[in-house]
Amino acid sequence: MAQRIGTQTILLPQGVAIIGSAAVGTPKEAQGPLGQEFTYCFPDATAGESTWEKAESTLHKEAINRALQDAAIPPEQVQLLLAGDLLNQCIGTTFGIRDLQIPFAGMYGACSTMALTLAMGAILTECGVVQTTLASTSSHFCSAEKQFRMPLEYGGQRPPTAQWTASAAGAAVLAAQGEGPRIRAAIFGKIMDYGIKDANNMGAAMAPAACDTIAAFLRDTKTSPQDYDMILTGDLGSVGSTLLVELLQKEHGIDIRTIHADCGLMLYDPQTQDVHAGGSGCGCSGSVVCSYILRRLREKSLRRVLFVGTGALLSGVSSLQGESVPGIAHGVLLTSEEDDS
Amino acid sequence: MAIPEKEYDQMTKRASPPSPKMMNSIKAFLFGGGICMLGEGLSALYTGAGLAKKDADLLVPVTLIVLTAILTAFGVFDKIAKHAGAGTIVPITGFANSIVSPALEFSSEGHVLGTGAEMFRIAGPVLVYGSAAAVIYGFIYWIFR
Repeated sequence: MAQRIGTQTILLPQGVAIIGSAAVGTPKEAQGPLGQEFTYCFPDATAGESTWEKAESTLHKEAINRALQDAAIPPEQVQLLLAGDLLNQCIGTTFGIRDLQIPFAGMYGACSTMALTLAMGAILTECGVVQTTLASTSSHFCSAEKQFRMPLEYGGQRPPTAQWTASAAGAAVLAAQGEGPRIRAAIFGKIMDYGIKDANNMGAAMAPAACDTIAAFLRDTKTSPQDYDMILTGDLGSVGSTLLVELLQKEHGIDIRTIHADCGLMLYDPQTQDVHAGGSGCGCSGSVVCSYILRRLREKSLRRVLFVGTGALLSGVSSLQGESVPGIAHGVLLTSEEDDS
Repeated sequence: MAIPEKEYDQMTKRASPPSPKMMNSIKAFLFGGGICMLGEGLSALYTGAGLAKKDADLLVPVTLIVLTAILTAFGVFDKIAKHAGAGTIVPITGFANSIVSPALEFSSEGHVLGTGAEMFRIAGPVLVYGSAAAVIYGFIYWIFR
């Protein structure tokens, strides 16, 4: 049974198995350093659809279907689907999954959604109220630009601190029993706002939330960075990653430099892919975790990964009204199958 | 201890790479100047073809607008503008692009509430405050002429 320790952390003593997962992308993701890790990449950013919103829904649905294939179970066997995305009213998710007929609870955590759905799914599964849960998320560069920024063909310049929304989706099938990496703990973060108002510098806005959640998790579990193979943040990019390392050192005296990695810096090649400060979007950490990370945990080349997804809780309206950008970070402890520590 | 907002702001400034201002300025100058040269060339072409100066002056911006609209529709303009920056935004090419790009983007929401309603979402403020400035200028001119 799940057990709360310290201020925020929830331990899952039995451990929830990730029995299947999939990551789906588009040509840009296929050309990135993790291209070979993806389950499937569509040959076209439209994914064969007539609108960008439909394209995102198709990515989402494809990721779920392929994760179910990986887990070798039919959709009817899934008792709960926890999912979300960046689009208004989460239509990227709902229109993608409407034909699946799985009980669904929408989740919103901006780019932290993968960590949020994994955490919620793992807790509910550990508690025994559901046996099999799907956690998934998606984002699409074109639908996100359209909603949050400028039209695609607008001739503007992006500042060096801007991040590139991944056109990708990730899905994971969680089960009380089965083979696969385990989720052994979860943590829900607090909203942190250090007054950053630049919507083109999300990394800086989210770094304080990642710092707070990581520090709380280490404190609650009485562990130190040396106890992990990797502390993986979702989508801080280059600016946010620099700030996170500095903040953890200054505020908590914690040094994570040697084991820190960031999904936004892993998905694309910053030298050749013109993504400025790195990748972002729900699908960024979603696809990196559901491909590269879970595969390494299965192969046991990674054994303990603290995955902390970060989200910027802004909207187009809040930015125009001069509000700062609040950040949030949720985390899950992912381990290889037999790691009981 | 939580770091004060002011200190975090300083940390953020240090961690954030600045825009390459010098290179951006040089590129904007070259592209912007190039568009002006193109305008002069078109003007010479039209007057050479026998058009009155007044008509040629009208036809030059029209040509640039059409050219921009075509380049925007084919997804080329934003790739040029990424490098040109102010060089393509400030001339009339920027204005044309700012209308055509949302018109294309929102066509999936229909002709009326999509293309029709959204095509001025970027250029709209320019029209509103441009017209307002023209009225004020006209009023001042009327008083002091």
